Amino acid sequence: MTKQPLLDATGVAKRYGAVAALKNASLSLLPGEVHALMGANGAGKSTLVKILTGAISANSGRILLRGEERDIRSPANARRAGLVPVYQEPSLIPDLDILSNLRLTRTPVEPFREWVRELGVPDLDLRETARDVPLAIQRVLDLARALAVEPDVLLLDEMTAALPANLAERVLDVVRRQSKTGRSVIFISHRFVEIAALCDRATVLRDGETVGVVDIAPGVEERIVELMLGAKVDKRRAAQTRSGPEARPEGRTRIAVRSLRVGAKLHDVSFDLRDGEVAGVVALEGQGQDELFAALAGSIKPDGGIIEVDGQAVRFTHPADAIEAGIAYVPGDRTEALAMQQSVRENIALPFSAVFRNWGPINRRREDAAVQSAIERLQIDTRAQREVQRLSGGNQQKVTIARWIAADARTLLCFDPTRGIDVGTKQEIYKLLRQLADQGKSILFYTSELEEIQLVCDRAIVIFGGRVVDVLPVGIADEAALTRAAYGLPRDASADVGILAHHAASDRAVTP
Amino acid sequence: MTRLLRNNGWVVGLSILLVVLFVATRIIQPQYGAGDFGSLVRAVLPYAFAVAAQTVVVIAGGIDLSVAAMMALTSVTAASMMAGASEEYALFVVPFVLAMGFTLGAVNGLLIVVTRVPDIVVTLATLFILQGAALLVLDAPGGGIAEWLKNLIVGTVPISGIPDTIDAWIPKALLLLGVLLCIVWIPLRRSRLGLSIYAIGSNQLAAFRSGVPVARTKIMAYAIAGLFAAMGGISLTMSTGIGAPIPGPYLLASVAAVVLGGVALGGGKGGLLGPIIAVFVLRLLRTDLTLLAIDPNVTAIVEGTIMVVVVMFGAFITMRSRSS
Amino acid sequence: MTLATTTPEAAPLGRRIKRFMSDYPIVPLLVLLILLVLVLQILSPGIVNQRWIANTVKFAIPLALLAGAQTMVMLTGGIDLSVGTVATMAGFIVATQTVDHPAGLAMAIALVPALIIGFTNGIGVGVFRVHPLIMTLGTSLIGVGFLQVYQRTVISAGTKYPDFLVWLGTGITWGFPNALVLFVPVAVLLIFIQRRTGFGRLLYAIGDNERATRLAGVKYWQVILALYMLSSVLAGIMGLLYVGLIKAASLSLAEPLVLPSVAAAVIGGTSIFGGRGGYTGTIVGALILTVLTTLLTILQMPEGARRILFGAIVLLVTAAYLRIIEDR
Repeated sequence: MTKQPLLDATGVAKRYGAVAALKNASLSLLPGEVHALMGANGAGKSTLVKILTGAISANSGRILLRGEERDIRSPANARRAGLVPVYQEPSLIPDLDILSNLRLTRTPVEPFREWVRELGVPDLDLRETARDVPLAIQRVLDLARALAVEPDVLLLDEMTAALPANLAERVLDVVRRQSKTGRSVIFISHRFVEIAALCDRATVLRDGETVGVVDIAPGVEERIVELMLGAKVDKRRAAQTRSGPEARPEGRTRIAVRSLRVGAKLHDVSFDLRDGEVAGVVALEGQGQDELFAALAGSIKPDGGIIEVDGQAVRFTHPADAIEAGIAYVPGDRTEALAMQQSVRENIALPFSAVFRNWGPINRRREDAAVQSAIERLQIDTRAQREVQRLSGGNQQKVTIARWIAADARTLLCFDPTRGIDVGTKQEIYKLLRQLADQGKSILFYTSELEEIQLVCDRAIVIFGGRVVDVLPVGIADEAALTRAAYGLPRDASADVGILAHHAASDRAVTP
Repeated sequence: MTRLLRNNGWVVGLSILLVVLFVATRIIQPQYGAGDFGSLVRAVLPYAFAVAAQTVVVIAGGIDLSVAAMMALTSVTAASMMAGASEEYALFVVPFVLAMGFTLGAVNGLLIVVTRVPDIVVTLATLFILQGAALLVLDAPGGGIAEWLKNLIVGTVPISGIPDTIDAWIPKALLLLGVLLCIVWIPLRRSRLGLSIYAIGSNQLAAFRSGVPVARTKIMAYAIAGLFAAMGGISLTMSTGIGAPIPGPYLLASVAAVVLGGVALGGGKGGLLGPIIAVFVLRLLRTDLTLLAIDPNVTAIVEGTIMVVVVMFGAFITMRSRSS
Repeated sequence: MTLATTTPEAAPLGRRIKRFMSDYPIVPLLVLLILLVLVLQILSPGIVNQRWIANTVKFAIPLALLAGAQTMVMLTGGIDLSVGTVATMAGFIVATQTVDHPAGLAMAIALVPALIIGFTNGIGVGVFRVHPLIMTLGTSLIGVGFLQVYQRTVISAGTKYPDFLVWLGTGITWGFPNALVLFVPVAVLLIFIQRRTGFGRLLYAIGDNERATRLAGVKYWQVILALYMLSSVLAGIMGLLYVGLIKAASLSLAEPLVLPSVAAAVIGGTSIFGGRGGYTGTIVGALILTVLTTLLTILQMPEGARRILFGAIVLLVTAAYLRIIEDR
């Protein structure tokens, strides 16, 4: 390590209001290196990339390029400094043709053409409107556009996620060759296989901090998983947090999902949700879980497959249909569910007035009773109840759940309900969900905090690449096992076998 | 060639519609001649500029409700400045009013960027303000205009090499419209600014990430709209000889023509040619209804209904493309 | 996503004032109203007496009614620019139909266009998702067209104003304008709808977060359709009252009150973005505008300056509300 780093970021922090997205991140990139940036959901990878490429500005921290301090204020600025990103979502302007897109970013056309050919798209028409280009090809074009300006540092955020195998192969090939010319690549991926095949080193983020930099060598994935989870990892810890589910008789099937298909994200998902159980859903970002929940909640129409409720096939065209069937959706983003300027009471009572027959005068006495009991049950702090936006995040989340307790929904679809709230409130929500299940209600519970699975759920459904790859009984669903499963690694992967040996196996694991 | 058709299918369709309407006009009124066409173009002028203004803003993903009020203000300003003044003075007035339109448009954009109030609210407020300002300049229709400006849109220009019978169908007003629109639009379309305007309308985040200065581009889009509106204001004064402080029906007409012209209300799509042809279609339709001896007020109803239906259709299309 | 973790006790003074103003916008509004009246009294001593107050209220009531329709619509983040045309149609039709028909029937006929325009607006905004501003502007232009055609068919018959409407519009009993007989129940009803009915709750919720209402099972188009019909009917009733007050049916009867109706609602604390505000504030807003108009007339301010002022008020107040909301 005598070489001077090409890019050296230290102490980078970013706050959004009271929430720290990044606390103390650092990243040191050597010339000619392919460097993986890893971390669990919400660890701060995307935030760090956005800061490095000028899309947002950091609150503190220092960024050195070739030893010189740089202040990267805008994407154009980063581009001039030789930092070029390829973001997860395509960044071609959809309504312009490709040639115009190149002009907009001042990208030379001939090298671009070369790279496009190199990446395995032989017959590209530059006059094509970007919107009409298939999504996978758009990503390739994004990459070619970045390569064409010969950047010093290329940042690839989940580059291969939406690519078919043949294109992904080409992309990896090209990235590998980049490093030979002395340029560096920052590579974000959830796929260990790619990282093992491509990267020299990996920086691991956890809760907005850099917790380790490791050299990639066979068997290192265990170490990376450990770093991502922190001290919490203890494979032998049994599910002693609560009594086993075996004690209870199995409930009736409430919702049956068969071969559900939604858009390009959700390919083939089947599972049952029974009365009296909390079924956990575990997935990395963007594996189709959003689409799954939206389809069950009636927000979007599935493209294929069957949803059955109480044995009856249903077709929801509006969330009202799902609610009619007793299925309520609690989104993780509270701003999606709450009318922020209205009072706690109005928010909890909102579903009461939703249908036309309830538009008339409100029966205050009856409504007060329902609202009050829900508030008490969730112990919502009502000191600032005039406007929900003045409540703390935890209390806001409680309001989103209280609404459906008051409405007595039989099934709750909770999408990461504990995201960004304090520990005490989390505990209360766990307790509440368990109580509800014990009363015979059914709950589908997606969480990005894997430890919650053993605290709350009866089993864990793991989704990867839009398919169910594993269903783990709660007894063995510890964080390490779940992490491995969520990355598409087979359940029996052990520490002493390198990832490379599993290349084929884990690829196959995607299709059950 | 096929791509040309596919990308411009809408415009081609509109052009065919326009031709059909012309044929219909000749059938209804066999005497419909070059002179009538000349007056049609003169009537179209202010609408065309209003539509050009709206088109630029809509492509940038915004909307400008103040366009008719801006035309009223620039029209009364020009009329009151030229009233009783010498012919040469107009040489100063015209660029002054154009600059005024450009600046006021930029102020619109600046207010949207700085206050972060939605464009629809900001331009609604500036609609009140510009209307008020127009009333302060002239509280009743009045003012005057230099003769040479008036003559600029009357009659035809003899072009050598073109037989008179065809030349008669190319009124000065049409040439003026074409020249003025091209002078602004073609360089804009080819510049990075033009690309940026399309980019922020198409996808603001992607534009920002591609290094487009979003705020500056938005301000420029409104400024160019202001410039077009000022042209519209002057053309109003040119055709009437006076300035009227009460805005004409140009706002809704401009939105309707933009939608009919194939520019999506969400932004990022379309060009200037479509909306301009759409304006001719709408005006010619009015002529036809009048020629059919239909009560002009019924004509207004038919026109209004067409505009509302077109706008509803446009919103429906936008909705469909978003949800898919 | 911002997490507001502040508690009311810990907030600094400036923020507390802002919060107070957004919680009780009626207080600074009343202060402003009283200040304006004081200024008027100083500029023109002796003007403020019982008769002046009755007259001010009399002229504020039509504006307040129109602004009531506007307030309801604005709660959902919309705007209704067709209220002027609807009111004008109602007023003009009742004045011409009373010639041949009994007053009651004439009034019923006069409200038919209101229902039709309201329905069209509701379908356009609720189902086709046209921006309310464009939609209502369009229907109002069509309405004007119909009115012009209608005018030519009745032009020879002349006009007649139902005695009841004249009594309602112009009369003053024991120092109180008779229009209060209409206005007080309507105002109570509107405030009741806003605060105590499921429909009112949905209006606020839709304006605040349409997506959240969808997730809660609310069908947007139903609410919007009912809302725009309600708004139009209110405007129609206002037109009836107004023609009784003005006693000169013209094709631009209520048009000059459209922009002030928006301004009254905005001044009264109803957010143009929706979700916030209420009718009590709007009533005070209408009073403020009426007094302000008197004041500007005394100062011999031209019409143009008045419009500029209205525009500036709408922009400034909207920007200010945005800051108050963002600050938290």
